[in-house]
Amino acid sequence: MKYRVFVTLKAGVLDPQGEAIRHALGALGFEGVNSVRQGKMIELDLAETDAAKAEAAAKQMCEKLLANTVIESYRVEPA
Amino acid sequence: MKAAVITFPGSNCDRDLATAFEQVGAEVVRVWHKDTALPEGTDIVGIPGGFSFGDYLRCGAIAARSPIGKAVVAHAGRGGHVLGICNGFQVLVEMGLLPGALLRNANLKYICRTVGLRVETSESAFTAGYAQGVELQVPIAHHDGNYMADAETLARLEGEGRVAFRYLANPNGSMNDIAGVLSENRRVLGMMPHPERAFAPLHGSADGRAMFDGLMSAFAPA
Repeated sequence: MKYRVFVTLKAGVLDPQGEAIRHALGALGFEGVNSVRQGKMIELDLAETDAAKAEAAAKQMCEKLLANTVIESYRVEPA
Repeated sequence: MKAAVITFPGSNCDRDLATAFEQVGAEVVRVWHKDTALPEGTDIVGIPGGFSFGDYLRCGAIAARSPIGKAVVAHAGRGGHVLGICNGFQVLVEMGLLPGALLRNANLKYICRTVGLRVETSESAFTAGYAQGVELQVPIAHHDGNYMADAETLARLEGEGRVAFRYLANPNGSMNDIAGVLSENRRVLGMMPHPERAFAPLHGSADGRAMFDGLMSAFAPA
């Protein structure tokens, strides 16, 4: 089973990299970009064939390693 | 005092930290990240600066979950002392031994220079060698030292006097100018500045030495 994990900073956590991207977009002439938030996407290829089990395992991976839940939230979706 | 200094792939201040402990007379054992146990009789664990595991995923994230990581968490759980400097601080928050997180510096730059710090509490073995309120000159060298915690955690840290060091002029955007924090039992300290790099006059500042002298006194046989 393949999954995509999206890890993003929680709302309210300052994202200086996103801000820098927003400024750069403005410099390129893209107007009206109110906000940019940067995150990461992680692809998982799991041996587990049971979708429910595989998704549960992916979520556990997020809790234990892939996301720092103090500052980040995550979303798991089938790829 | 027996100090265990851990080396991860990418650690680069492990030798400096070991030398600082040795200079005040501590017995130092160097520990490899794949080791699963700390040396018998370890009083304090030192987690050095550097870029453990290339800062992959998040700074300190992989090191915090390495084989020796479990032994460090168990050591802290038994009331043992742990000192995490720079990347070591990042590892400690990833281990959950200290609250909060260290984000990218607000100005997005890697900052490497000596900064002014104020000692906010002498109530820990790490800061017992300093008078509260004294100001120090200690180098920082980091890209991700912007300390953040939720409002409740921050209020708790302040209320319990667990902010050990504060920047005189905030270099990285840290909330409340926080440069170092203590655990609830005051036996785990994480700090971004490098006291081991301000140990002798030759370093330009010897203001960091009192931390190691203070620790040595704390563990002196009664």
